[in-house]
Amino acid sequence: MRKKIYMDYAATTPVDPRVVKAMLPYLSEKFGNTMSLHSFGQEAKEALEESREVVANLMGAKPNEIIFTSSATESNNLALKGIALANKDKGRHIIISPIEHPCVMESAKWLESQGFEITRLKVDKYGLVDLQELQKAIKKETILVSIMHANNEIGTIEPIEEIGKICKEKGIYFHTDAAQSFGKIPIDINKMNVDLLTASSHKMYGPKGAAALFIREGTKIEPLIHGGGHESGLRSSTVNVSAIVGFIEACRICQKEMRKEGQRLTVLRDKLIKGVLRKIPGSHLNGHPQKRLPNNANFWFAFVEGESMVIQLDLLGIAASTGSACSSAKLEPSHVLLAIGLRPEQAHGSLRLSLGRWTEEKDIDYVLEVLPKVVKRLREISPFKK
Amino acid sequence: MPIYSKEIIKHFKNPKNVGKIKKPDGSGEAGNILCGDIMRLYLKIGENKKGEKIIEDIKFETLGCIVAIANTSLLTTLVKGKTIKEALSFKKEDLIKKLGQPLPPFKIHCSILAVDALKEAIYDYYLKNKLEISEDLEKEHQRITKTKEELEKRYKGFQTFEKEILK
Repeated sequence: MRKKIYMDYAATTPVDPRVVKAMLPYLSEKFGNTMSLHSFGQEAKEALEESREVVANLMGAKPNEIIFTSSATESNNLALKGIALANKDKGRHIIISPIEHPCVMESAKWLESQGFEITRLKVDKYGLVDLQELQKAIKKETILVSIMHANNEIGTIEPIEEIGKICKEKGIYFHTDAAQSFGKIPIDINKMNVDLLTASSHKMYGPKGAAALFIREGTKIEPLIHGGGHESGLRSSTVNVSAIVGFIEACRICQKEMRKEGQRLTVLRDKLIKGVLRKIPGSHLNGHPQKRLPNNANFWFAFVEGESMVIQLDLLGIAASTGSACSSAKLEPSHVLLAIGLRPEQAHGSLRLSLGRWTEEKDIDYVLEVLPKVVKRLREISPFKK
Repeated sequence: MPIYSKEIIKHFKNPKNVGKIKKPDGSGEAGNILCGDIMRLYLKIGENKKGEKIIEDIKFETLGCIVAIANTSLLTTLVKGKTIKEALSFKKEDLIKKLGQPLPPFKIHCSILAVDALKEAIYDYYLKNKLEISEDLEKEHQRITKTKEELEKRYKGFQTFEKEILK
């Protein structure tokens, strides 16, 4: 069988061999606890603080504004709940978009159950937040706006600078989940006017188990995990130094290669999108045609079910994903696809192909050769065929 | 363990009895409102030596997930040549068992589609031939029809795409 083609980089990425190499000493001889006073501990502590500088650098922050966590989910939970709990005397109103990652959606839902008021803005057919609607939604009691930088399913990039400007003018904290964009497109927390930003390691060729939350100096926030006072008291837990060192090596690589890699992927992505839309009748692009991540392509095909497509592609060596209800344990189509106006039966036939560091042009060619056949075959089984 | 058993993948890769029967003796459609899957099934009815009505030929079409496709393929192979009475006695549990893997709870509904569409096709055959319909089958027909009508409403807008896609 031919080699497998991984086109699900938005789900997770393999760890870059250079990252593995950087991590290894911290799994063996440099195993210390950052809180210990002896040389083992100091060595680990040094690596941790150096890491903080690198990740801070990559987004234009100060090292003391970076908190390391275990995942983007944890960072997002800390951002929403931590801000809510620390600022509830000022107000109990929070604004989010309807296409956030489930960890933001569910955190907001939980806060709702605790007496907070949540406004979920609308998005247009591309998934873009309406700035005027945001302006109108802000009130005296608003304490936080959380809108993702780039969407994990459809790849749409939100107008973060403008949103940040609005929040800054009104004196409201602004958090953005940059799990999908950090390391892929330039991020500058000052230009973007954000107060909190989530970054994730395993979406950018680092290991799982490491993530960061940028928290602007002076931000009022409560910790969720109490204990030994690690990470300035905001996130107790023995520090996962090897994972963080890996995350940081991944940051270094992205810093060097991001521009070129972004251009390379954009060319491949556009070839894929154009090819699919041309070759497959009844195919549609989800997300914004230009304002999208360089590695994301998302479609829906009429009269095809997504899970069938994903399994068929897997049998042919291509790893992809879908927002079809059939693939979800909740039996609901993707909330993102519904929010951009797709009907459930349209979301039924959705397919996400996300590219990455090891995607080559011949992989795109193979997908363009195989996918039309897969769709055709499944349509032949469909009762809609005449 | 992979998500789906070898048996499911086998039927999915090579589904048996896919297609239409021209001038079927009975045809049935079932849908699932939760996920949006649709199933159509066609029957040709014959007689065995004892003079009992049997399913001589069966074909299906589906807009559905892998479990829906594999299940229906399996069901068609199981009921082909069987008497109508035997065919009606097949339950979704029998199919799941035969597919050799406990399905995750949220995928069980996909197995109902095949059984429902078969019931509908038999109902249609009974109706066309003015044969007696049992109370149970009548009840099932009511339930399936209700779901189907809701789904048809949803897919209405799709008909316009049909020409575009199939040209």
